Amino acid sequence: MSTCRYRRLVPFGLGLLALLSNVARAASGVPSDWGINIQPPVTPIAQDIMHLHMMVFYICVGIFVVVAGFMFYSIIFHRKSRGYRPATFHESTTVEIIWTIIPFVILIAMAIPATSTLLKIVNTRPGTQLLVKVTGYQWKWRYSYPKQHIAFFSSLSTPLAQIDDKAPKNPHFLLQVNHPLVLPVNEKVRFLITSNDVIHGWWVPALGIQDDAIPGFIHEGWATILKPGVYRGQCAQLCGAGHGFMPIVVKAVPQAQFVSWVKKEQAGEQIASANSAAATSKVWTKAALMTKGKQVFQTSCSVCHQASGQGVPGMFPPISAGHPFNAAPTLTAKLARRGFYKGGKIVEGPVAKHIDIVLNGISGTPMPAWGPQLSNAAIAAVITYERNAFGNHTGDIVQPSQIQAAR
Amino acid sequence: MSTATTAAHGHDSHEDHPTGLKRWIFTTNHKDIGTLYLCFSLLMFFVGGGFAMAIRAELYKPDMRFFSPEVFNQLLTEHGLIMIFGAIMPGLVGFANWMIPLMIGAPDMALPRLNNWSFWILPFGFALLIGSLFAPGGGPAGGWTLYPPLSIQGGIGTDMAILGLQILGVSSILGAINIVVTVLNMRAPGMTLMKMPMFVWTWLITAYLLIAVMPVLAGALTMLMTDRHFGTHFFNPAGGGDPVLYQHVFWFFGHPEVYIMILPAFGLISEIIPTFSRKPLFGYTSMVYATMSIAFLSFIVWGHHMFTSGMFPTSDLFFMYSTMLIAVPTGVKVFNWTATMWRGALSFETPMLFAIAFLVLFTIGGLSGVMLAMWPSDQQYHNTYFVVAHFHYVLFGGSVMAMMGAMYYWLPKWTGHMYNETLGKWHFWLTTIFFNVTFFPQHFLGLAGMPRRIPDYALQFAGWNQVSSLGAFGLGASQLLMVYILVQTIRGGAKAPAKVWEDAHGLEWTLPSPPPYHSFATPPKIT
Repeated sequence: MSTCRYRRLVPFGLGLLALLSNVARAASGVPSDWGINIQPPVTPIAQDIMHLHMMVFYICVGIFVVVAGFMFYSIIFHRKSRGYRPATFHESTTVEIIWTIIPFVILIAMAIPATSTLLKIVNTRPGTQLLVKVTGYQWKWRYSYPKQHIAFFSSLSTPLAQIDDKAPKNPHFLLQVNHPLVLPVNEKVRFLITSNDVIHGWWVPALGIQDDAIPGFIHEGWATILKPGVYRGQCAQLCGAGHGFMPIVVKAVPQAQFVSWVKKEQAGEQIASANSAAATSKVWTKAALMTKGKQVFQTSCSVCHQASGQGVPGMFPPISAGHPFNAAPTLTAKLARRGFYKGGKIVEGPVAKHIDIVLNGISGTPMPAWGPQLSNAAIAAVITYERNAFGNHTGDIVQPSQIQAAR
Repeated sequence: MSTATTAAHGHDSHEDHPTGLKRWIFTTNHKDIGTLYLCFSLLMFFVGGGFAMAIRAELYKPDMRFFSPEVFNQLLTEHGLIMIFGAIMPGLVGFANWMIPLMIGAPDMALPRLNNWSFWILPFGFALLIGSLFAPGGGPAGGWTLYPPLSIQGGIGTDMAILGLQILGVSSILGAINIVVTVLNMRAPGMTLMKMPMFVWTWLITAYLLIAVMPVLAGALTMLMTDRHFGTHFFNPAGGGDPVLYQHVFWFFGHPEVYIMILPAFGLISEIIPTFSRKPLFGYTSMVYATMSIAFLSFIVWGHHMFTSGMFPTSDLFFMYSTMLIAVPTGVKVFNWTATMWRGALSFETPMLFAIAFLVLFTIGGLSGVMLAMWPSDQQYHNTYFVVAHFHYVLFGGSVMAMMGAMYYWLPKWTGHMYNETLGKWHFWLTTIFFNVTFFPQHFLGLAGMPRRIPDYALQFAGWNQVSSLGAFGLGASQLLMVYILVQTIRGGAKAPAKVWEDAHGLEWTLPSPPPYHSFATPPKIT
């Protein structure tokens, strides 16, 4: 135990020292314990940013030391209690001109490298070899490679139990996803970043990229990753309840490995679409739907409706029928119109409307359209689950073919 | 004839001095209204501080423990709005109300009834803003900036907050007009503009900023409201609108707003430092011009809040250069204060301690501001805890510390009693130490990669978050001591002389402590 305590104290004490000597001891691509500086850069942009950051930091420390030096000299030596007699001067044009010009010159010295780095960062197009489209969703990312015909969602894979402190935490707690973005090293990758709903921020510190994902805008960025590895980042712009739970994981691999990943992914998509067609035409048992439904509910629905299905009072309606729900009339009216709300309580509405809500969302509320995001089987399963769990006993079974028909 | 009417009217209002609750509701006296503003600010400081304690409690460990993420977002939104619009702005207006007439030798504010109204609409605004938390669906959860489309998703609580903010905006505009009219018309004969105390100067400039930008906020909020309820699409891309437009409009208000919160604090510090240095303020004229330049620059730097919004590179460059330029006049101010202390005969009563802490902490916040101004490195700082640390250094270490110092500076003048110096020093040291324990580690968290406004975080951030939370609890608890000192001083204590501090200059010190209810009925002579 005691060694453990010491191990924690050492970096604590050496913290500032490490910052000053710019020792980047962090494991690559993740924040480090008691980390105090920007994560080690792995792209030319991130390296330039790091240099600029350290240069400006040292200049600022220098200025602070000089200003605080004068201040504390005065505090120590020009004290009334030491019998110091006050001077009477109250202006000096020369001095004032000097301390207007010196900061100006320092600023110009900082502006020059800043400008050249800025121009490098915004120079997204020349030499692009791979194009990746990044779309923010509440609360996950969708990556697509238009030329390779690959597209997938990437969402948090940390189990709820760890977030609720009911299970020991993975070292990559909240920084792990089900499907990372895979990129080749030493290739200029151009990102086209946008959003499907609210503003998100696509930020991967090791890559030196932070670009807001704004609906209706395409924001361009680029990276040439110099070192294979796994680089983790997070959504940087407040985007609602799940803002802290939509990490970014970038896996940089050598060129050959990337090519084989693309092939596997393309084949996988074909298999998946074949599987999905097969899954749609197949008749599922209730038990199978319930098992899959629970899993879908936990990954896609529980952020708002909670794992307990009780929702959040006033905000996210419960799934369990008979549960009172007191919310803004604009929201309850939308639920009532679909047959899911009566007399201040959530009620079990018709199956067709349930399918409509999950497929198309409810506009003007945070309920998204899951149609483009989930397979027929997943939607059928989650609806079946919702209608037979949390104290609901409709006994309804929804088959994937019904979803296909409703699309 | 006219003299007779004025005299009769004046006589009338002097007689009319209700007591009890009525005194406070109907008062048109600048001292009473100043007291109301300051008490209100203190109350909001504790409400907003309560939210801060809740936020730091949730962030003490990497778990979801006390609040759901949605409630957490409401807490951080309310914390920001209340501290800005409830604690800092009314606090500074309170100082203006109390001190500007005393400093310029005026009998009262120029528009006393307007003054009453601009205070008394505040409680209604805050009833809406705080009451929104109890609305179905809870309060606003999109951060104090209320960026659409996220803020379009909120429930009725968001509408309540928007209406509350509109009311606060009206209050600020009225208060600002009153200050401008008072300063320009009510100065004692002989007090030229360039003889005004620095606090009056900074408030005059701030008042112009308020008049210029509060209507812009009103416009942004109105567009948000019509987008939410009346089918407009100002900010909705699906209807041809533009979410980034909101950011431009909001920050055109929002950046001058930052200076609205710091310029009067500069004024307060410029009063305190010369007194305890026993030496006149260094470079008065350049201080005035530096304040004006900062105010001007504040209108052309708003884009640095949008360095990750994907503006044109030319805009990014423009905003980077203009933002860096602010360092020049701000530097002039810091150097002037240091030069005022240089070769003075310093003594370290509580107000001076707070002023020195202001100098050091504001300089740290200013320098991290220079770092943030660099567009390329800002790509790594934007939306992180580095920003949170930066603006707490300038707003808490800056504005709030300046107000605390000014409170101790003028408390004997206001109440006629000396405060307890030992306890005052305790309050200072506890506040300063815990402030740094709370906010310094947040620089590290931001650089290491922790985004702001998240309710839960990766394990690697656990260490510094724990330190920061412990500091925050200490910082919050230390403020109870301030309330104790305040109550103690109001209720009694050693009698304060007219000139409380040995080397204080200014008209307020020519009046007895406490000053009579109506002071400077005949203007003083300025020599």
